[in-house]
Amino acid sequence: MSVLVVAEHDNTNLKPATLNAVTAAAKLGDVAVLVAGSNCHGVAEAAAKIGGVAKVLLADDPAYEHRLAENLAALVAKLAPGFTHVLATATSAGKNVMPRVAALLDVAQISDISAVEGADTFVRPIYAGNALATVQSSDPIKVITVRATGFDPAPAEGGSAAIETVDPAGDSGLSQFVGQALSKSERPELTSARVIISGGRGMQSGENFHLLEKVADKLGAAVGASRAAVDAGFVPNDYQVGQTGKIVAPELYIAVGISGAIQHLAGMKDSKVIVAINKDEDAPILQVADYSLVADLFQAVPELAAELEK
Amino acid sequence: MKVLVAVKRVIDANVKVRVKADGTGVETTNVKMSMNPFDEIGIEEAIRLKEAGKATEVIALSAGVQQCQETLRTALAMGADRGILIQTDAELQPLAVAKLFKAVVEKEQPQLVILGKQAIDDDCNQTGQMLSTLLGWAQGTFASKLEPNGDSLTVTREVDGGLETVALKMPAVITTDLRLNEPRYASLPNIMKAKKKPIETLTPDELGVDVSPRLKTLKVVEPPPRKSGVRVSSVAELVDKLRNEAKVI
Ligand SMILES: Cc1cc2nc3c(=O)[nH]c(=O)nc-3n(C[C@H](O)[C@H](O)[C@H](O)COP(=O)(O)OP(=O)(O)OC[C@H]3O[C@@H](n4cnc5c(N)ncnc54)[C@H](O)[C@@H]3O)c2cc1C
Repeated sequence: MSVLVVAEHDNTNLKPATLNAVTAAAKLGDVAVLVAGSNCHGVAEAAAKIGGVAKVLLADDPAYEHRLAENLAALVAKLAPGFTHVLATATSAGKNVMPRVAALLDVAQISDISAVEGADTFVRPIYAGNALATVQSSDPIKVITVRATGFDPAPAEGGSAAIETVDPAGDSGLSQFVGQALSKSERPELTSARVIISGGRGMQSGENFHLLEKVADKLGAAVGASRAAVDAGFVPNDYQVGQTGKIVAPELYIAVGISGAIQHLAGMKDSKVIVAINKDEDAPILQVADYSLVADLFQAVPELAAELEK
Repeated sequence: MKVLVAVKRVIDANVKVRVKADGTGVETTNVKMSMNPFDEIGIEEAIRLKEAGKATEVIALSAGVQQCQETLRTALAMGADRGILIQTDAELQPLAVAKLFKAVVEKEQPQLVILGKQAIDDDCNQTGQMLSTLLGWAQGTFASKLEPNGDSLTVTREVDGGLETVALKMPAVITTDLRLNEPRYASLPNIMKAKKKPIETLTPDELGVDVSPRLKTLKVVEPPPRKSGVRVSSVAELVDKLRNEAKVI
């Protein structure tokens, strides 16, 4: 069996989440990685070094510069018949393109798998992670998105796969990239951070997120947020952790002024250690926390920054 | 411009979902059902387009059991003009729903179709992209802003790194994200008015669509519970536990 993994990248850097998809793919067969982009040869070289990758397919064409779903899906669907499985990570990019691939192939997509049980059987969370479904596919090609937190990353170094050039599949002309406004941060990315400190409505303002940043500086942590904090405009949308935001599972997750709605828990309850700082001793977040501190965050968080100094 | 909006009947977002003891699914009897929250955002957006003079008609579309009529009535009470229900008791998976919707799009010829980015029951996040593909249309997923201008549509999308803007050729399929708008509540007079608005009923057979599931659910279980934690009484104790007990800092 051979498996195609669609790499996620920005033409310069391979996104670390691709490594988790490679691990899932390696459970299913020989792994080929598709790097589709524009002037992205460096990414193909990085993909060739991933441990366990047998082959890299490179499609270098302006049509893939921004990985518009209409163009990229056409390419993936054209390559797919040579594979038993086609995988991508369940990031915003993977979720955008893979259902198109499935529709072009007339197969189901198996979304957001957290475990591989066999060549056609997978586990996926449903209902915000309140249930785990084991599903079996009867389709000839399995199109899958992978929940990164369910699989360890494959080693970024150690492989030496051959890079093979593939023909582009053309520009659909349906959509055009206009621009982007990406959050700039020196901090680690939420989905790959070892430590995350997140703030909720209890933070009261965007300004107050500086309190969390002080702690984040000490711990090398990423900063996240609940939906309520994003909706209130405290922080940008890409901070949101949860069922409909990012799924994270760091070594340490510190929830500050977050009540612990099921939609938030869905995004972080697989973290190794959870800390909750909340002034309400009945807040549901305390039921999933390994360590809970019932306190006013405006006192506790500066104290935490100071204590970490010691 | 005619706008078609898909609405799904799901277990209400505030219900604590329980897995059935026999492992076949989740408990749905005597459970509150509502419109998928992302679809409410879709209906709201379509109504706003109509109020702004950019849309002429808003059609709400649902597929599923007879009770989806209630979901359609909610959409009509919010302001949609009419409803279409593709009625079936069969299990519907995203690819089949996309095929059903495609058949309706071919009948109704809307210029814009809006779906939620995901349904909060199966969390699939597929149907909009699949529908767009089957139609050969452009897609604007995870939309937080829409600006129609003639035969093109500018869409701001919520992506992992921040925001992305794309221009789509019309007709197009949009899927909504949380920040697109805040849906209105239906007023009592509008709920009364909605009772008189038409809902057309179709079947998968009439539309010539095979809805057989491609995925078989073998079992559904509860996730393993987390072991219960401890209360700490001070920040100093917390840091000590994180350093010396959990060893994560
Ligand atoms: C379709 C849908 C999708 C959703 N997706 C997501 C998602 O992806 N992610 C997500 O997070 N939510 C999501 N939600 C929203 C979710 O249901 C909750 O509304 C949200 O998580 C609440 O955010 P919060 O905990 O910050 O706010 P609240 O629930 O208002 O909690 C604030 C908490 O702060 C505490 N607090 C206040 N002041 C202080 C203080 N001074 N010191 C200490 N503690 C304090 C309070 O005790 C309270 O527990 C979704 C909802 C829906 C319907």
